[in-house]
Amino acid sequence: MSAPAPIEHAGLRPAGEGPHVGRALPRKEDAALLSGRGRFADDVAAPPGTLVAHVLRSPHAHAMIQRIDIKAALALPGVRAVITGDDIRKLSDPFLVAVKEPLPQWALAVERVRYVGEPVAVIVATSRYIAEDASELVEITYEPLPAIIDTREAMKEGAPLVHPEARSNAVGKRSFRYGDPETAFAEADAVVELTVEYPRNSFTPMECFVVVAEYRAHEQSYDVLSNFQGPFSAHPVMARALRVPGNRLRLRTPADSGGSFGIKLSVFPYIVLMGLASRIVGKPVKWVEDRLEHLLAASAGPNRVTNIAAAVKRDGRITALRMDQMEDYGAFLRAPMPGPLYRMHGASTGAYDIKNLSVSNTIVLTNKAPAGLIRGFGGPQLYLALERLIQRISVELGIDHIEIIRRNLIPGGVFPYKAAAGALYDSGDYPKAVEIALGSGRYDALVRRRNEARASGRHYGIGFAVVVEPGMSNMGYLSTLLPHAVRERTGPKNGAVSLATVNVDPLGAVTVTADAPVQGQGHATTLSQIVADQLGLDPDDITVNLEMDTQKDAWSIASGTYSCRFSPGTAVAAHMAAERIRDKLLRIAAKQLNVLPDDVELADGKARSRSNPDNALPFARVAGTAHWSPVMLPDGMEPGLRETATWCPPELEPPSRDDRINTSLTYGFVFDMCGIEIDPVTFQVRVDRYVSMHDAGSLLNPLLAEGQMKGAFVQGLASALYEEFIYDERGSFLTGTFADYLVPTAHEVPALELLHIESPSPFTPLGAKGLAEGNCMSVPACIANAIADALRVKEVPLPASPRRIHAILAGPEAKPPSTHTHAVAPSRGGRDITGRGSFDVKASPADVWHSLLDPAALKAVIPGCHSLELESENAYRADVSLGVGPVRGRFVAHVRLSDLELERSAQLSGDLAGALGAASGGGHVRLSPIAGGTRLDYDYTVTLSGKAAAVGGRLLDSAADIVIRKFFEGLARHMATPDTSAGERFLARFWRGLAKLLGGRA
Amino acid sequence: MSEIEKGARVPVQLVLNGTAHTGFAESRMLLSDFLREVLGATDVHVGCEHGVCGCCTVLIDGVAARSCLTLAVQAEATTIETASSLASADGELNHLQAAFRKHHALQCGFCTPGILMSLTDLLRREPEPTRERVVDVVSGHLCRCTGYSGIIDAAMDAVNAGSPKT
Ligand code: FES
Ligand code: FES
Repeated sequence: MSAPAPIEHAGLRPAGEGPHVGRALPRKEDAALLSGRGRFADDVAAPPGTLVAHVLRSPHAHAMIQRIDIKAALALPGVRAVITGDDIRKLSDPFLVAVKEPLPQWALAVERVRYVGEPVAVIVATSRYIAEDASELVEITYEPLPAIIDTREAMKEGAPLVHPEARSNAVGKRSFRYGDPETAFAEADAVVELTVEYPRNSFTPMECFVVVAEYRAHEQSYDVLSNFQGPFSAHPVMARALRVPGNRLRLRTPADSGGSFGIKLSVFPYIVLMGLASRIVGKPVKWVEDRLEHLLAASAGPNRVTNIAAAVKRDGRITALRMDQMEDYGAFLRAPMPGPLYRMHGASTGAYDIKNLSVSNTIVLTNKAPAGLIRGFGGPQLYLALERLIQRISVELGIDHIEIIRRNLIPGGVFPYKAAAGALYDSGDYPKAVEIALGSGRYDALVRRRNEARASGRHYGIGFAVVVEPGMSNMGYLSTLLPHAVRERTGPKNGAVSLATVNVDPLGAVTVTADAPVQGQGHATTLSQIVADQLGLDPDDITVNLEMDTQKDAWSIASGTYSCRFSPGTAVAAHMAAERIRDKLLRIAAKQLNVLPDDVELADGKARSRSNPDNALPFARVAGTAHWSPVMLPDGMEPGLRETATWCPPELEPPSRDDRINTSLTYGFVFDMCGIEIDPVTFQVRVDRYVSMHDAGSLLNPLLAEGQMKGAFVQGLASALYEEFIYDERGSFLTGTFADYLVPTAHEVPALELLHIESPSPFTPLGAKGLAEGNCMSVPACIANAIADALRVKEVPLPASPRRIHAILAGPEAKPPSTHTHAVAPSRGGRDITGRGSFDVKASPADVWHSLLDPAALKAVIPGCHSLELESENAYRADVSLGVGPVRGRFVAHVRLSDLELERSAQLSGDLAGALGAASGGGHVRLSPIAGGTRLDYDYTVTLSGKAAAVGGRLLDSAADIVIRKFFEGLARHMATPDTSAGERFLARFWRGLAKLLGGRA
Repeated sequence: MSEIEKGARVPVQLVLNGTAHTGFAESRMLLSDFLREVLGATDVHVGCEHGVCGCCTVLIDGVAARSCLTLAVQAEATTIETASSLASADGELNHLQAAFRKHHALQCGFCTPGILMSLTDLLRREPEPTRERVVDVVSGHLCRCTGYSGIIDAAMDAVNAGSPKT
């Protein structure tokens, strides 16, 4: 089979005559959404009496759960249940995991918490406000453990273990070898090497997770509505966890979903959790995730460290590639992880004709939130490493970047092309696409801009990125992570089943359902175009309902809206189902029109004779026959008009004996080119020009296709320049609001010039390929290459924030000279707040000392203190109210005094924990007699974690310095007042200072 | 202003899209929750409750405001407009909405009602804003699907087509 030559066109095909498919048709979905009549999960009415759940989460990155006291929370009116890991463990099994190492995960933490934000308890109440009130009354005692955050550190001997039973944080290791990489490296003229890190981020849909779950006791079944997106291979995982057969987990998805980008797969543990909660309380339970929870714990793309090397010839030809990929999945490996390590596997050599390859893959576990599906899914990670390497080769060999690309691209005319690791690239002409993009003066103009900028001393760089974009994943790709012998034992996995149904009712009205839940792509419009073409109708005549119901709709494990499976998958199934309906109608009509079926066509809402168009019947009349008058049907034809088509292309074979795998069905092509300039004052990267050439096969609806590309472009830009989940070295999460986690706004987005050629895929009847992820893969690499070109550096850390660019330009920062002043301003490292100072009080050391050890005095002076007990000698337990910004919360504090030297010095240490997070700290106070009183010298360190660290970060950044300085100045003043003892004053101020640090109004 | 006891539910009267409503709210209830849950205005979307994303934007007495940063009790005796008031009664889209459709300025549509309300406010006050001004206003909203360019093009198109029917 040889691929047809690409069709070239500037811009989009105009709307007009001819088939509906291929036209830039505006969407059917829009009118309702524009009028506020969307039906999102939280808009769909829940049954009367539905209770509301709130999830209580771990403030610690790693800790043992010692005790959970739910009494006070349960006593609050309106609270129906407080559910903990023990309850969940009794009613459910751990989720299935793809590797052999024991990494059990339940829907709630059991015994141990492994990341900040891990669900620890669920409060079920009559309203969300009450459930959140109650969450402050649940008292959880943790024993904090050392956490491991850095990917490379986690792999070292002696690192804290995230799952001690797994004996290592590096699991599921596998190595692959294709061709003869060793010889190629030995015979290379040069070896170019690079280490590249891809950051951790997410594409945070604007709508958070929603679950409404009802346990139906008399059937022992779960009925759930959720904005889940698939893949539905997660359905068996949920059913197994719930200990029910699949038919007793009815999962429905709503008519609209507020974006997903892969992320809403990760609602699945909450589907199980809320199902169990409903079972426990005996009522339907609804949970709507909030934004803090979403950023903290919903999902993330895994961060990856890649050591990559190329064997190159003097002329820039690459003869072999070597990749060592270490992918950080956070605290758990949730199905279908480690997908990103394997989804691109067959296409590891990208768009280049490289025959020799070695790859080694390691799954790394750390105390971060578990990673999941995300648009791009392994592509951004792969191409950042590969494309940065190509740029490095050009620098090290002194050959133009674009020349290196040209000399290594897979040539035109060789498709279908088998890539080294097994991908079967269906069609394309990569050199041609590249030359068109460079042409029309585009590349020359960029070079001119760079020359001008550099002549005036500005930092300007040009970047390129070349991407092969997979569409519709082979369900067998993940089994590549198992050795061949194991795969033999467990049986082959492969294919990707797509399903769609076309139904024609007795009045001839057409309805389409399919296995791709809505996320906003406009699939209903595209499906209506496809079906309308087959049936000779207008797309407006077709109703498309993409709500899913696992008890009633046709679905399989590949179902879902992910990995660009719509155009090569679901769309094809709909096309096939419509063809069958068409054929049936042609035969019915032929009998009624008295002609041969070959002479009948469906057009303009009619069935008519081609040779004599006046011999025609209305579409509805012909369709109605199948319902009203089976007697009139041709012999042997079944009555009714409903067809469900199944599409599973044969090219998606299981991994071969030598580990070659055709990871996807279609492979599009993207070539990006950009010019960037670095602002000399703000160190911001400004995109001067961005050109993106796509070959996505036939475009089903160019308007929607470009919409996907523009959206992906901005998400790629976000990964390159703005978005990152930040943890400090102890595992506290620091980006819990959209003011900390920087999503680009309209201001940040540069113009995008899109170009297209179309090389139809020979492997699908519609010729269409996946196209919605390519720019997520290409943009980070292209911008990083441009920055490398602008700054002439080898390492470009992403996201390339002004801080990071400044660090590159300024070189390593010199340590500030140390000074000794009377009071040193507090400083922050991560979420540590430290300070020291001294002051004098007009009281004797004995008086000060006394108050420090007197619980009654302490209780009176600690702000917001509800109770204070002496737990043991010199150890206190206090119940206090503090706040973060406008949010107030109740905390339990433990304070210990140790290393007591009578009337001279004491060590203070303690911790504070509550629904808003946790703080722990320590300090040292020294008392020395001076004339007329006592001098107190102190130093302290406070570390924040949980919600306070995640959302309070910015407040603390700006306020800590001022607040602490004021606090100690004021303290020195107030200690002098005669009505309280000095010690009381000191501790009162210490507490108040801590409260202020947390942003409260002490 | 009178004090409301903690936990007490007080009546809140307001005009929503031309119809007078009364509902009960605790003093701490957000206007976004009140509109959605008490009055059933599900066209008010909640994307962050931190005042950043703009999904919850409604017009309060004609001025665009974040309903997640407003308490229900603060909206007493106000007039509120949401996205469902924009199209005509028989469903015909106004200029701005139609331009959104034409320019594919929405995908999932979750951010859309809020953006429409901010732009409605803008176009009523400044019928001929520059592109920069439109970018300025839209940058008060987060959209994760579209990449914004369609939104800006749609708004400029609506400017050229004349102010939206309201
Ligand atoms: S929900 Fe109000 S600004 Fe985000
Ligand atoms: S259209 Fe989905 S967030 Fe804007």
